[in-house]
Amino acid sequence: MTQLALVIDLNVCVGCHACVTSCKEWNTSGVAGYLSDDNPYDADPTGTFFNRVQTFEVGEFPDTETVHFPKSCLHCEDPPCVPVCPTGASYKRPEDGIVLVDYDKCIGCKYCSWACPYGARELDEHQKVMKKCTLCVDRIYDESIPAAERRPACVNACPTSARLFGDIHDPESEVSRAIREQGGYPLMPEWGTRPANHYLPRRRTNITVHEDELVRADNPLKKERDDEHEPVRGHTLDDVTTW
Amino acid sequence: MDYTPDACLSRGSSETRNTTCYMCACRCGIRVHLRDGEVRYIEGNPDHPLNKGVICAKGASGIMKQYSPARLTRPLRRKAGAARGDNDFEPISWGEAFDILEERLRHLRETDPKKFALFTGRDQMQALTGLFARQFGTPNYAAHGGFCSVNMAAGMIYTIGGSFWEFGGPDLDRARLFVMIGTAEDHHSNPLKIAISKFKRAGGKFISINPVRTGYSAIADEWVPIRPGTDGALLLALTRELVDNALFDREFLVRYTNAAQLVNMDESSPEFGMFVRTEVPEEEGCFDPQNKLWWDRHRQCEVLTHSEGADPRLLGEYRLKDGTPVKTAFQLLVERLADYTPEWAAGITGIPVDRIRRLAHEMGVTARDQKIELPIAWTDAWGNDHDCVTGNPVAFHAMRGLAAHSNGFHTIRALSILMTVLGTIDRPGGFRHKAPFPRPIPPCAKPPRVPEAVRANRALEGLALGWPAEPDDLFVDENGGPVRIDKAFSWEYPLSVHGMMHNVITNAVRGDPYRIDTLMLFMANMAWNSTMNTEGVRAMLNERDENGEYKIPFIVVSDAFQSETVAFADLVLPDTTYLERHDVMSILDRPISEFDGPVDSVRIPVVPPKGECKPFQEVLIELASRLKLPSFVDETGERKYRDYPEFIVRYETEPGSGIGFLAGWRGKGGEKFMAGEPNPNQWQMYEKNNCVFHYELPRSYQYMRNWNRGYLDWAKRHRLVRYDEPILVHVYSEVLQQFRLAAQGKSETRQPPDHLRDRVAYYFDPLPFYYEPLEAQVTDKQRYPLSAITQRPMAMYHSWDSQNAWLRQIHSHNYLYVSPALGRTHGFDDGDWIWVESQWGRVRCMCRFSEAVEPGTVWTWNAIGKSPGAWALAPDADESRRGFLLNHVISDELPGAGDMRISNSDPVTGQAGWYDVRVRVYRSEQDEARETAPRFEPLRAVPGQAGERPGWLGYFAGRVRSGDAK
Amino acid sequence: MHPAFSVIFLTILIGAGQGLFLALYLSELLASSGGLNMPDGRLYVAGGVLSVALLAAGLAASFFHLGHPERAWRTATCWRTSWLSREVIALPAAMACTAAWTIAHAVGWDLSILGIDSMRPLDLSLVIGAAGIVVTFALFLCTGMIYACIKFVAEWATPLTVLNFTLLGSASGFTLATALSSWLEGEAMTTILGAWAMALTFTGALTRFASLLRNDRLKPRSSLQSAIGIRHSKIVQRAQGATAGSFNTREFFHHAAPRIYRSMRLVFMVLTFVAPLALLIPGVMLSSTALFAAACVLQLAGLVAERWYFFAQANHPQNLYYQYVS
Ligand SMILES: Nc1nc2c(c(=O)[nH]1)N[C@H]1C(S)=C(S)[C@@H](COP(=O)(O)OP(=O)(O)OC[C@H]3O[C@@H](n4cnc5c(=O)[nH]c(N)nc54)[C@H](O)[C@@H]3O)O[C@H]1N2
Ligand SMILES: Nc1nc2c(c(=O)[nH]1)N[C@H]1C(S)=C(S)[C@@H](COP(=O)(O)OP(=O)(O)OC[C@H]3O[C@@H](n4cnc5c(=O)[nH]c(N)nc54)[C@H](O)[C@@H]3O)O[C@H]1N2
Ligand code: SF4
Ligand code: SF4
Ligand code: SF4
Ligand code: SF4
Ligand code: SF4
Ligand SMILES: [Mo]
Repeated sequence: MTQLALVIDLNVCVGCHACVTSCKEWNTSGVAGYLSDDNPYDADPTGTFFNRVQTFEVGEFPDTETVHFPKSCLHCEDPPCVPVCPTGASYKRPEDGIVLVDYDKCIGCKYCSWACPYGARELDEHQKVMKKCTLCVDRIYDESIPAAERRPACVNACPTSARLFGDIHDPESEVSRAIREQGGYPLMPEWGTRPANHYLPRRRTNITVHEDELVRADNPLKKERDDEHEPVRGHTLDDVTTW
Repeated sequence: MDYTPDACLSRGSSETRNTTCYMCACRCGIRVHLRDGEVRYIEGNPDHPLNKGVICAKGASGIMKQYSPARLTRPLRRKAGAARGDNDFEPISWGEAFDILEERLRHLRETDPKKFALFTGRDQMQALTGLFARQFGTPNYAAHGGFCSVNMAAGMIYTIGGSFWEFGGPDLDRARLFVMIGTAEDHHSNPLKIAISKFKRAGGKFISINPVRTGYSAIADEWVPIRPGTDGALLLALTRELVDNALFDREFLVRYTNAAQLVNMDESSPEFGMFVRTEVPEEEGCFDPQNKLWWDRHRQCEVLTHSEGADPRLLGEYRLKDGTPVKTAFQLLVERLADYTPEWAAGITGIPVDRIRRLAHEMGVTARDQKIELPIAWTDAWGNDHDCVTGNPVAFHAMRGLAAHSNGFHTIRALSILMTVLGTIDRPGGFRHKAPFPRPIPPCAKPPRVPEAVRANRALEGLALGWPAEPDDLFVDENGGPVRIDKAFSWEYPLSVHGMMHNVITNAVRGDPYRIDTLMLFMANMAWNSTMNTEGVRAMLNERDENGEYKIPFIVVSDAFQSETVAFADLVLPDTTYLERHDVMSILDRPISEFDGPVDSVRIPVVPPKGECKPFQEVLIELASRLKLPSFVDETGERKYRDYPEFIVRYETEPGSGIGFLAGWRGKGGEKFMAGEPNPNQWQMYEKNNCVFHYELPRSYQYMRNWNRGYLDWAKRHRLVRYDEPILVHVYSEVLQQFRLAAQGKSETRQPPDHLRDRVAYYFDPLPFYYEPLEAQVTDKQRYPLSAITQRPMAMYHSWDSQNAWLRQIHSHNYLYVSPALGRTHGFDDGDWIWVESQWGRVRCMCRFSEAVEPGTVWTWNAIGKSPGAWALAPDADESRRGFLLNHVISDELPGAGDMRISNSDPVTGQAGWYDVRVRVYRSEQDEARETAPRFEPLRAVPGQAGERPGWLGYFAGRVRSGDAK
Repeated sequence: MHPAFSVIFLTILIGAGQGLFLALYLSELLASSGGLNMPDGRLYVAGGVLSVALLAAGLAASFFHLGHPERAWRTATCWRTSWLSREVIALPAAMACTAAWTIAHAVGWDLSILGIDSMRPLDLSLVIGAAGIVVTFALFLCTGMIYACIKFVAEWATPLTVLNFTLLGSASGFTLATALSSWLEGEAMTTILGAWAMALTFTGALTRFASLLRNDRLKPRSSLQSAIGIRHSKIVQRAQGATAGSFNTREFFHHAAPRIYRSMRLVFMVLTFVAPLALLIPGVMLSSTALFAAACVLQLAGLVAERWYFFAQANHPQNLYYQYVS
């Protein structure tokens, strides 16, 4: 069985929000569109976005890490948002594991959003239906798009390629390998939702310089020294002892 | 609802067109998808060399810029009786607008061309705007460089013949250690992000030196928080530690820099501090004859540099045969570094001594022990064949964190020298140039030298902007006074190679050095975020003389949106957006070249212009034709170019030169590049090729270009440079020494006016040195203990993007970030309203606590705060109530010696000292308003503004949307 | 969570309607088992009508919660998995039972209309009522479980939630029945109903207090550490990614001032429990309809505060992701 997912590499995400707006842009005119915005030019502008990038600070100065953290629907393998839906509008596709909302059925009761611990669902205030990341279902199978770009909009956009896309049930896929080799982890594992999306942790590279490597045999300063050939002034043992 | 592939497919887009993004100056290739004529989707072009398919937050929000209600759509004239700033306009026709301009400008050109000043902000067509100004005959032209990053350009170009950003960059494909200094987002946004992530994934170590840890610094392996304005101290101490531990690339310094050259130490000589020269047969057309000396350690005497078999001393003090005392340049550098110990630097920078040492060791050891060898044979400029290209894999990148300080020029010289000492110039894993760099030091273009270069009805003699090599290259009058309105190239700021836009309004209003008549601003928000002393400047724009005439009589603004500056215009010219016009990222300007060779690119319109919008390019061509500026009319005075696209194709720098704006597909059939006859189908060829022309140099020309025979010949042959001599790195700067000699009255060149002698003599030090930023020198640091800086948010471009319905949701307002410890000792809490006050003024804002900031620094995002009602935002929008503009507390002038006023700028280059301001912070009283201050009267909408402000938006390309008007 | 008034009124109104029906049916049972004089039909008809009206009003209130009320019929389709769907089935069922029961009283039907030999008057209403009881309790269960089954909201995910919905709904219904009875009926019935109302209010106070105690001691299962997967003792959010908020900051936060939030707890304890008890006791002693009516009004008002607090106190783990504007 296929389970499509995003794997997000926190090691390289610089928090640029490209995934945020490219998602908005693709989806507002796509099958999930429009994605409405309220007060677009007034106080408190707000709107429907499927993907948000947040920032966390870890530790205290000067040992501070700033972590940029993109988050969209994690397409849980055991999605708590689905069974609670009274209309069947929320569902998980068996063929690829994408969790979707059928806008034609949704009554906008918001109940599913209560059942998502990740805050990944958003009610569209004007269409009055629940929306969320579709994993760009209207891109990834679209054969009019060149194969290499048949990926979610946010994945194509990401300048640091911090967003990997693929089937986490296929052990040979790029995403599975990344999870395996780089310690990919799910969010809030305590709830047993088994998110399909995974995150790759920060990795830190250090350089160790040993003291004895500092100055080496080919020390260029040697060429600047004359002392090797300078005559010695004053006594040496040569001058004062006889053997 | 149907999510099956078939159902999804039917909603796909109907048309796709390639062009180049301009949501920022990075110039990524984009593919614009249209549905029923509306923009459906903008994505990165995978076939574009710059961004390779990726896009950024701004680029992906282009739709909301295109359909912004802040768009200007009609030419406007300030209503009679309305004051500047009232935003009270009447629409006029383009015909009227041109008539007004033509009449006014013709008169100025016939009388005194310098009374017309053209200043452009984030302009990417400086080749055209510059040409227009020059042909008009005014010297008063510049773009944003002077307030942006001229220190970075000048500091490096005067040292290594190239710089960062368009000029060159870090080779992160091969580097093992990457040190990024004072960079938040940069111009090279997407390519840098691509490169950093690849670098990190490949296991390199990434160090960020920055008072703040956000953005790129977030993913650094090591964050080095530094006090603002003190990097010079750090860099000098690092260099000292490297030299002390013999961690320098001797071979590189000797052969490829002037480090081993002998400097005249005879204080009585007019040549003191200059390299000793010897007689050599002069070559024709040579900018830097190879006539300097080394001290050969084998023969123990002076020899011509690069003599066969010579092995010069890097260090030492010698006496020439003629008795002249000399030292090697490197010896002088080492002496200079003597006092710059890590201990000394620790006290200034706040970085512990051990850490400074360790950083130096990591750089030095990585450079020395992880040498790269590429099997690429090349020949150097002295004819020696090398069978490989080698490199030391330590790369640096720096931007405005270094540049935007009044000590930035020397800091950046220090950085260039550190990079040089490590041997990382144009080598794999280090810094690499991009065409048309490297250039001679300094490059050949020169400003005019005398006021007579400006004459009625004549083009300017010389270039408005250039690279002075000596005092005689300054653009001053017989008293040493400035000729330009911004005082660039005067003794106050001799190497202000990008001009000093931030001085223009103040100078013009004050009539110092003179009054002007017409100020034309293109793409610059000078009444708001690109000006210092914002409140004062706004008042000045409205200032009148005794006769009730505006001190700047006529202001023309070309903008695409209802900015704060538009409100101060007498005439508003509505520009198109980047999706509506032709444009070139010209090789004559700053192309988008890659390490491996020159690249230039174009924009092709993908949607028709909105309303009556007209590309500013067309405006210039029309005006130039009406005014009969030489390049724009033929011998009979007839208009030469129908429109901008035709101009681009047919224009040559001089008849038959074969050099034009675009380098690709030249020659009649497009068979040539760089130089060749005009090709009528050039645009189509660009369009077919993703709007870019990319020439990849042979591999052996891709490295060591300062000294690479093959490359230098190639560059000369293709007219990138005039000379093909090697470009030695100026560890020791004779250029600076010449200015110092003049100031000391020791040379025969032009002399500075007396009141500037000490200043020039002090700051024109041929070796880098550290001094406190000018503002700190005139600040009571007990009272104003903190540094205040700004950073670019990745998802916003200066003032442009607050009108963008999507982007503004990410940053609708800004906070001042302070360390929690600081907040607590000052009795305020996270989220409180506070005042941030400098000796020049104060601003009220909200604060946020952050652990990711050096505790002596406070910072905020740049240009989020807006004037009420600007950008088609509601008067109570977050931007103008909760957001704030730090510029109010930054002064454009500082007290100088005596009662002199000096610009708050680097004394060498005129770079605006944005990040020098010193502040204190304190709680706003309970009874004070919970909104930012100063706050201005709300602006009204202008006629023709692109429409109602909808209460909500549901954008769906090609389909009717709903949204209640507000 | 954001307390939505549509849902607050839905639960209060149907709870009171259900409780009222329970009270009426209990009195009918008691009467028919001979313990009391059978009231004349007025109480049952008026009470039944009121109960149905309350259920209907609740249902109507719930429509305000829906983005697409016209599709409400779809909600009945997922009863296999969704408590919300089950509630949507149980609520009309409860209304139907209550209505039938009321009609039976109004018209005086007995089992003979079904062709069954009627042994005693009103036996039909007893049978319908029995079904009504089942459905009513099922409805309490559904309503409670809608909240209790959201395991992420620890404040809700407890049997106490179902218990409280049941007890508080019943208490308010019994108080209402007491007032009605005092108005329309004799003292005996009123006293019994009043006693039940007091008992339920008191028990409700205990269980609600128990849930407050429990909730105060809850340790959230999720933390910033598990939310973003970084193990460090000091993590703070610096930016939630949208300066003016989003659905997530509207739906899951109460946005009330801390002062108001804290005082709401006292308000609802007093209004829902203390005040009604303080009025019911003298009410029973003085047979005062006015006191019962006052108890009723105060208790319902208290429930508004109680429900508000029920939502406001609920802390959703998604909030970990949406804390900080900058
Ligand atoms: N998204 C986006 N991209 C942009 C722009 C934009 O507005 N938005 N603007 C474009 C323009 S015009 C420019 S000039 C470039 C500028 O690109 P950058 O130079 O990257 O931009 P700044 O935000 O000015 O960054 C200055 C950085 O230096 C740090 N800094 C300040 N003072 C010091 C110091 O003394 N020492 C050190 N080590 N660091 C210091 C600040 O904390 C900040 O991180 O960006 C361009 N790109
Ligand atoms: N405090 C502080 N201030 C700073 C800086 C800082 O770091 N801190 N950075 C400085 C720097 S480096 C820079 S470069 C300046 C930038 O400052 P500016 O050069 O003023 O740049 P912007 O605000 O981006 O935009 C200028 C104008 O261009 C207009 N515009 C946008 N697109 C078009 C177009 O297609 N055609 C036309 N005609 N107009 C258009 C916009 O509407 C806007 O009014 O700010 C400087 N100001
Ligand atoms: S992340 Fe939330 S919305 Fe997405 S599948 Fe999981 S529970 Fe459902
Ligand atoms: S909001 Fe829509 S998708 Fe969510 S539970 Fe209700 S009906 Fe289902
Ligand atoms: S996969 Fe598609 S819908 Fe989901 S976050 Fe990415 S762009 Fe948005
Ligand atoms: S686009 Fe990539 S780098 Fe940028 S915020 Fe999203 S995941 Fe991070
Ligand atoms: S970095 Fe972003 S805004 Fe700038 S040119 Fe590239 S895509 Fe456009
Ligand atoms: Mo800039």
